[in-house]
Amino acid sequence: MRVMVLVKANKDSEAGVMPSEDMLTKMGAYNEELVKAGVMLAMDGLHPSAKGLRMRFSGTERMITDGPFTETKELLAGFWIWQVRSFDEAIEWLKRGPFDGGTEIELRPVFEMEDFGEVLTPELREQEERVRAEAAKLAS
Amino acid sequence: MSASDIHRTIETVFRIEAPKLIAGLARVTRDVGRAEELAQDALVAALQQWPGEGVPRNPGAWLMQAAKHRALDGLRRDKMLKRKHEEIGRDLDEEVDPIAELEEALDDEVGDDLLRLIFTACHPVLAIEARLALTLRLIGGLTTEEIGRAFLVPEPTMAQRLVRAKKALAEAKVPYEVPHGPELAERLGSVLEVVYLIFNEGYSATAGEDWVRPGLCQEAMRLGRILAGLAPQEPEVHGLVALMELQASRLRARIGQDGQPVLLLDQNRALWDRLLINHGLKALDTARRLAPAPGPYVLQAELAACHARARKAEETDWARIAALYGALGALTPSPVIELNRAVAVAMAEGPAAGLALVDALATAPALKSYHLLPSVRADLLGKLGRHGEAQAEFMRAAGMTRNRREQDLLLARAEKAGKAAG
Repeated sequence: MRVMVLVKANKDSEAGVMPSEDMLTKMGAYNEELVKAGVMLAMDGLHPSAKGLRMRFSGTERMITDGPFTETKELLAGFWIWQVRSFDEAIEWLKRGPFDGGTEIELRPVFEMEDFGEVLTPELREQEERVRAEAAKLAS
Repeated sequence: MSASDIHRTIETVFRIEAPKLIAGLARVTRDVGRAEELAQDALVAALQQWPGEGVPRNPGAWLMQAAKHRALDGLRRDKMLKRKHEEIGRDLDEEVDPIAELEEALDDEVGDDLLRLIFTACHPVLAIEARLALTLRLIGGLTTEEIGRAFLVPEPTMAQRLVRAKKALAEAKVPYEVPHGPELAERLGSVLEVVYLIFNEGYSATAGEDWVRPGLCQEAMRLGRILAGLAPQEPEVHGLVALMELQASRLRARIGQDGQPVLLLDQNRALWDRLLINHGLKALDTARRLAPAPGPYVLQAELAACHARARKAEETDWARIAALYGALGALTPSPVIELNRAVAVAMAEGPAAGLALVDALATAPALKSYHLLPSVRADLLGKLGRHGEAQAEFMRAAGMTRNRREQDLLLARAEKAGKAAG
């Protein structure tokens, strides 16, 4: 399964203050561990909300409000996407994160069709895919 | 935290840590089976102590420490026995002190050990089934039951297979090392083959309770990514990662709502997994940078990338696909690859050019009972308006497959061709 790890914004991230060198080092080591465990699929940090906007939809109206937004706790500062075997595994990985100072991180399972196992039954094989698999076996 | 919560946590932590534990311990015990036992002992210790004392702050280090204690206990016992058995005056200190070596081993970087463990589990002295099982067990951290379920084998059978595999490694005195020199390429080939077979087992599921099968694809991709982290200079490793990710990006588009397979060119490309495609294309870039002359996995990943890059089926670059199959066939000659090339050539240059290539394969012994040969031939004949011949070929293909659904499909196409022939 995939999980999204949502890192909430704080005063510093909203003010555009860069993390300390110490934090960057720790974060680098943590990220490397995630990559080496085959867990990391994607990660990105977000600019402060001052550089973003919000759009409100109403009928044909498109109302734009420019950032910054004030409710810091509801804002995001970055995210990861992890590939894990279980939500428990994601929790264990998150526990190892180098965060501190009341940082709050949200962990959410991503909707996936991997539960479509049901339909991935015996007969279900595509010609093209099978040729490819055979070719691969012969090739390796 | 409730007792069952703690148990779940312990098991999850153990799954994350077990491969590293086993890899580090095996360096000293020189016995993968023994290393696995020691890791299990550490798990038992955790299950006894953590519920009372709470989960330690660094559970991985705790487990390593516990395993280390048990390993040291074992070594001391051996040493005492040895001392008893030996004549007084024989100097034990002249030998390498295994206890010191263990201390050292367990404090080292574990990356190299993990790579050693992978090469050991995929050693060619083992039968291919044993390699798959051992890799999933030791590096994937799957339970015997899970592996048994994945390969549709009862748990006791799988347990036996694992025991025999570990014994075979010990008996063959397989050195615990990352091979180098000319041996490296060959042994790496075995590792990549194991990972890709695991992937294929999940991707073209042949039977049974299937929910674990996409899981096998995930497992294989994870193994591939771990391998890419451990051997980042090997282009074929990145090629394999790219190949698996690009193929897996289509998993959810492969099956229609009625459960019928959906052919690649008919798939709804909006369902393709963009994250895996991007990840895969990036891995392919890395592979290409490392190797100007691509190997078989890189070439197959290139093939998969041709489809991934086409936003619509009509945009597929068939000429490039034909050329890639040509390059792949030159590296690893095979009539199946040639048949694929014929299909691509037919798409790029028209059915007549494809048919000429298919006809040249008609006598290939490897394809004698391969139903896709007459099936492809029938398809091309039909496109050329030679419906009577197409009907006969579809019938022949239907007689060669044992898959009911496929047989129905081929017979239906034969009937259609027959009507077209009038």
